[in-house]
Amino acid sequence: MARRGIPEINAGSMADIAFLLLIFFLVATTMDIDTGISRLLPPMPEEEELDDDQEIRERNVFVVLINKDDDLFVEDGFYDVSQLKEMTKKFFLNPNDEDNLSEKRELTTDYFGTMMVSKGVISLRNDIGTSYGKYIAVQNELAAAVNELRDELCMQRFGRRYNNLDPLNELEADLIADAKKVFPMAISEAEPKSVGGN
Amino acid sequence: MSKFKKAGTKGLPSINTASLPDIVFMLLFFFMVTTVMRETNLKVTVIIPEATEVKKLEKKSLVSFIYIGKPHSNLQKTFGSEPRIQLNDAFATLGDIRDFITSEREQMNENDQKQMTVSMKIDQSTRMGIVTDVKLELRKSSALKINYSSRKKIDEALLR
Repeated sequence: MARRGIPEINAGSMADIAFLLLIFFLVATTMDIDTGISRLLPPMPEEEELDDDQEIRERNVFVVLINKDDDLFVEDGFYDVSQLKEMTKKFFLNPNDEDNLSEKRELTTDYFGTMMVSKGVISLRNDIGTSYGKYIAVQNELAAAVNELRDELCMQRFGRRYNNLDPLNELEADLIADAKKVFPMAISEAEPKSVGGN
Repeated sequence: MSKFKKAGTKGLPSINTASLPDIVFMLLFFFMVTTVMRETNLKVTVIIPEATEVKKLEKKSLVSFIYIGKPHSNLQKTFGSEPRIQLNDAFATLGDIRDFITSEREQMNENDQKQMTVSMKIDQSTRMGIVTDVKLELRKSSALKINYSSRKKIDEALLR
């Protein structure tokens, strides 16, 4: 018997084994990226501090109510969700300085200089019987309004879309921060009331 | 010229498959690395609402999930058909949320704890009463960064 050395292992089935594993991972993989509307909840008050709330004048509050039948009441009447965005933008911009829309104050930022910004706050209140879908639809419209205002501002001054700004780039991150100062996402959520029997 | 003719008479040469395992392994490793295994078994049915202003959730490790929805049809006999809260793998009550947040927070390292986000996957037909209660519990446990999980809806205005 001559020395044969180490016999070669047949690697022909390696591909089959690898395929088997590959198919397992293909099936088990979920590639979906989680998306959603981010919000910051207000911290619990240390004590009962209600004084702050009263300082906001009535004209600066944009009242949005949703009842248990998912009807939307804005400021002075019932509206459809599709109208909410335009109304919110008009409330914040107040181009003709109408006295039923929000007041303005001066604000100086690095990028936009000194400009008049709104003192307005959105007050969102829902019933405990409101459906979550409707609530998100309303939240979405309010967010869309503020985002569009920021977008228009960035477009006007810098010719850049707000949504295309890169938060990892230092300069653009500052620009995003300033745009947020000019148009903050000022949504105040009141405790829901149970209006009308459920 | 005869060189070319000879080649033609040989018929189809068999393709060398020796590198096939390599290719398959490459794909395999790609999927192994990108795979995120489902950690929880959903016991509630959740159809999340659609929205246009959605943002991606960065860093999965900083996100904790709360599910709210009706129990699955095969569980409805024991748990009823009212929307329930699910944390991890089990049904929970409002009182459990605080413990859940604390334990989730302890699993993170200290720098990340401030970045902790709670993603709420809530069925769109759920009533707001339970959602508000959950939000209040989150505020009490000072988990203030929340995310209303929703699917990206394609903006009709952009299509025009």
